[in-house]
Amino acid sequence: MLTEFGSILAFLIVGAVFTAGGLIASWLLRPHRPYPQKLTTYECGEEPIGSARVRFNIRFYVVALIFLVFEVEVVFLFPWALVFKQFGMFAFVEMLIFLGILIVGYAYVWAKGDLEWDKPVPRFVNVDVKTVTSVFEEKEEKVLN
Amino acid sequence: MGLLDQKFESSNIVITSFDKLFNWARLSSLWQMQFGLACCAIEMMAASASNFDMMRFGVIPRATPRQCDVMIVSGTVTLKMASRIKRLYDQMSEPRYVISMGSCSNCGGPYWEHGYHVLKGVDRVIPVDVYVPGCPPRPEALIEGLIKLQEKIRNESLAKKKAV
Repeated sequence: MLTEFGSILAFLIVGAVFTAGGLIASWLLRPHRPYPQKLTTYECGEEPIGSARVRFNIRFYVVALIFLVFEVEVVFLFPWALVFKQFGMFAFVEMLIFLGILIVGYAYVWAKGDLEWDKPVPRFVNVDVKTVTSVFEEKEEKVLN
Repeated sequence: MGLLDQKFESSNIVITSFDKLFNWARLSSLWQMQFGLACCAIEMMAASASNFDMMRFGVIPRATPRQCDVMIVSGTVTLKMASRIKRLYDQMSEPRYVISMGSCSNCGGPYWEHGYHVLKGVDRVIPVDVYVPGCPPRPEALIEGLIKLQEKIRNESLAKKKAV
């Protein structure tokens, strides 16, 4: 009687009603007695000092990004692990190719130093820049004199 | 915005039914604020651990006072700590209860005579519901105090309290 999308809409509506109903019921039934001391910021019992917005370390972002990519890879590995036996060698080699592409990415992340938590020591590369310094020295003499 | 909070003058069948429901819900999930100060804290930890298991009463330790119903003050309350206890009690949300565990928080304990730095009883700064005597009280004694608090909650009512 209901289309496929119609049943999804019914689920969405019931889900929304459940959540909203719970929140509204608790809003109606809970005591509401605010006073200034209750509304102060929690700082383990001390007087709150400074703002609650602290700066985030940017390494969390890098770790989360790497995690996301490899999590998606693992999500693809799970159903493959369940069914690859009936597909035999073909599925195995295909997954090896998939993993191989992702391992190249992993090697890049590793070599770039993104897996290190401690601040990386900058590596200086000695490049032999072939400038002819004598020309500059002559010009400098001419300018100064 | 408590629609039902302290609004009713007298009890009727609806109020008492709601009373039973709310009180049962509140006493079955008394989330505790982790508040161990001294030796009584060890006994409180023992009460939460596997042999005496306070968690089967619904008592889960939470780190922040906003999510807690009961604060078990276990240990000696020094004068320095007393202002923090007051602030933390203020930051708890209603309905909130306090269990004073052990001699030191009941009445100052062994430091009642010469303790210049000890607050003689935590009920000098916050209102206490249940006192659990002992130095330190056994975990079973703390659980009995918890059950006494549950009895107290069971007898609460949504109707306004009449002045005596």
